[in-house]
Amino acid sequence: MIELEVNGQRYELEAQVGRSLADVLRDDLGLIGTKVACGEGHCGACTVQLDGVPVLSCITLVHTVGPRRVTTIEGLRDHPLVDAFVAADALQCGFCTPGQIVTASALVAANPSPSKDEIRHAMAGNLCRCGTYPKIEEAISSWQG
Amino acid sequence: MARLIKTEKEVEGRYTEQWIVVDEDALDQWPEGPLEVVGREVPRIDGHDRARGLAGYTADVRLPGLLQAAVLRSPHARARVKSIDLSPALAADGVRAAVGPDDIEGLTDEPAYMGAAVAAVAADTFGAARAAIDLIDVEWEELEPLLDPDEAVKQGSLLDESVTYERGDFERGLAEADAVVEAEYRTQVVLHNSLETHQSIAHWEDGGLTIYISTQYIWGVRAAVAKQTGLPEDKVRVICLAMGGGFGSKNSPGDYTPIAIELAKRTGQPVRCALTRREENVAAGNRNATIQRITAAARADGTLTALGGEFVNAIGFSGWSSSTEGPMQMLYACENMRTVKHSAKLNLPPMAAFRAPGFVEGTFGLECLLDELAAKLDIDPLELRRRNYADSDRMDERPFSSKQLAECYRRAEPHWQRRNEVRASSSGPWKRGVGLASQIWYGGGGPPSYAWVRVGSNGHAQVVTAMQDIGTGSRTAMAQIAAEELGIPVDHVHVSLGDSARGPYATLSAGSSTIPSMGPATRSAAADAKRQILEIAAQRFNLEERVLDLKGGKIVSADGGAWELTEITGLLEDAQILGNGARGPNPTGMRVLTFGVQVAEVAVDVETGEVRVDKIVAIHDVGRVINALGASSQVEGGIIQGLGHTLSEERLVDPHTGRVLTQSLDAYKLPTIADVPEIVTDLVDVPDPHLTNLGAKGLGEPPIIPVAAAVANAIRDATGADVRSLPISREEMLKALREAEAKKRVPVGTASS
Ligand code: FES
Ligand code: FES
Repeated sequence: MIELEVNGQRYELEAQVGRSLADVLRDDLGLIGTKVACGEGHCGACTVQLDGVPVLSCITLVHTVGPRRVTTIEGLRDHPLVDAFVAADALQCGFCTPGQIVTASALVAANPSPSKDEIRHAMAGNLCRCGTYPKIEEAISSWQG
Repeated sequence: MARLIKTEKEVEGRYTEQWIVVDEDALDQWPEGPLEVVGREVPRIDGHDRARGLAGYTADVRLPGLLQAAVLRSPHARARVKSIDLSPALAADGVRAAVGPDDIEGLTDEPAYMGAAVAAVAADTFGAARAAIDLIDVEWEELEPLLDPDEAVKQGSLLDESVTYERGDFERGLAEADAVVEAEYRTQVVLHNSLETHQSIAHWEDGGLTIYISTQYIWGVRAAVAKQTGLPEDKVRVICLAMGGGFGSKNSPGDYTPIAIELAKRTGQPVRCALTRREENVAAGNRNATIQRITAAARADGTLTALGGEFVNAIGFSGWSSSTEGPMQMLYACENMRTVKHSAKLNLPPMAAFRAPGFVEGTFGLECLLDELAAKLDIDPLELRRRNYADSDRMDERPFSSKQLAECYRRAEPHWQRRNEVRASSSGPWKRGVGLASQIWYGGGGPPSYAWVRVGSNGHAQVVTAMQDIGTGSRTAMAQIAAEELGIPVDHVHVSLGDSARGPYATLSAGSSTIPSMGPATRSAAADAKRQILEIAAQRFNLEERVLDLKGGKIVSADGGAWELTEITGLLEDAQILGNGARGPNPTGMRVLTFGVQVAEVAVDVETGEVRVDKIVAIHDVGRVINALGASSQVEGGIIQGLGHTLSEERLVDPHTGRVLTQSLDAYKLPTIADVPEIVTDLVDVPDPHLTNLGAKGLGEPPIIPVAAAVANAIRDATGADVRSLPISREEMLKALREAEAKKRVPVGTASS
């Protein structure tokens, strides 16, 4: 039995040792906003925050989360960055987008007006095959806290 | 009126003759330029759902009792399965069924490329299925793989017969030339790597079969599944509500769909078969490698006298042979030509269409060679292209339905003029330069394609059609088109798509065809609904129908009268007005194509070989633009994929065993946000006067086409080095610089610019 705090809700659940946080979020808690595109820590689609820090949930074992607060895209649905991404057209197929927004929201929480280089540095681990990068940069820089 | 016609249908540059039923296109085109909604910047109507993770991708579909499949794929490029025993897998915990080579088509005991599917299991969890795969007892006999494309051509291992195309007299063209350039260009294998991997779920229910699948063509999947299962087509329902990218690789059911269907049948439970990222990098298709040994010849004034060469498509074990020679045949007004194309069949994973297949590769060769020719003739490269402008299609002398390439060149001029300034900004080891390349491609779409538009009592409309939005924003474009026709705001339009049981037939989303095919059908459906609304209004208000129109959410009359739309639609209560629309025929006797030019600014560190692209200006003619915002995103996306193709992406294979070495996203280098240059999009936005009720062509593919050549030409401008092989890694760049250095030491007769 483990305890998880996800988006302010407390959950108690059984999870086999070795399962990833991404799988538990998606399969046990039904939080399918977190996407898995590679399952091995190379793309950023599965990004969630632990105590506000972006981590790759596909390579985070659920038993290592402990008391840290998990924030997924479901917990950021009303974050102003969501509107900023849509307004800037910073999504095409959208499969990478929840992960992009989770990473970007951690960035702007720590640094409300990041420079272009800071945005590129923070976002470089989130791949987008559709190539929405210019619009992601625009969405993050257009957003004024 | 519906007509049965025999017509050429074009998809991804492949023409087939077929009978199709088309409906007349009775509507006049809207005036040129941005309208109320069409042509404006409209954020995606499903943007919030996608951004919030609420859109239902195939990967997110959850069904009660859903089992997960895993696939045993051949680790060998060529082998024979001497024996296979599934029983240890079947006995494992949580495993519900297993299938092998004897059970279904698509599983093979003679794998001819690494990644070919051999067996599969379904289990309660993916982990259990994966573990069970390792328990399958296989005895392999490894065989010698054929991996070299030239060797394959020599041995006659061909996927298709070699194709020779000739016009005029190639030899005479060479003899008449003042300058001849010849070179060999090579392009590598690149992988689509859509972020949602290829996958489907098969669910037998109600005497039929429902397939949830990440696909670009739900109707094609429906037909293929009906054929596989023997079910009537209407018993097969195919659903793709949201889709995580395809880029050409998801036009067919693949091997995973038949596997899921069979395992679901055996277990009586729904089964998901989803490729892992590593399978995706091996067995989900690729842009095949090419070798292009090509020649260009011209008179001193730049007039091309001959173009030709040998093209080898290194296709893998299956797929099709795309038109690598197409740009050479179509882009310029050259009288004399001879191209030969070979389609080498190799023990490598199959190709699949990838965003402008053939033309991306062929444009790299052709447009680089033209710049080499320009240098030899000491003619400005842009001027050389203008002097060989084609006024009609040189393949069969058909006129173009529209061609704004001259306007694209005109708009490119100021960017091109920056050459001296950019070159002068070179400093230390960083050399800077500017290059350009032209683009030609299909993208006209075609019939058949159908849409319905329902208008309810609240005056809102719903577009219903069983097409798919693969991430291009076609859903939003349909909403804009319906809104424009009905004179209502775009947020009063909803779009229902992606379900073969809930809407009429729609085109596949490939070949830049969704908007030029579905857009006119949607407009015609909206116009049908509008006609009915105005007929009712005319009766209600005692006016002539022809004085009435729909505008700004109102019914307006020529004499200034205005009524809320809901005054009429409100009469419907819970019912709706239903408009029916079809895509009309393509203009007969005309060639419908897209055009463009891109200008690249690059910097090359001549000491380390690092290439940095600073800026790309993309100027394209795709007819009318429907969504200015989504269009700029398509252009950026195409260019960024093009930059990956140009600079970093390459599927590597062990040259002895044929095993794929780049299976993960740390080994296979996709562009990141840090690699993106400044991108300037400039679309000519003039409707094609002959094409449909919209005059809109497709935009998905054109922007990726000229990227590699524009960058390589800019590198030549910066450094004098000819890069003729993709990707332009540091190693490749340094090699080209060394060759340029060596050439300089041997004096040659002709001055270079
Ligand atoms: S899915 Fe976790 S990094 Fe790719
Ligand atoms: S929007 Fe498709 S992968 Fe990013």
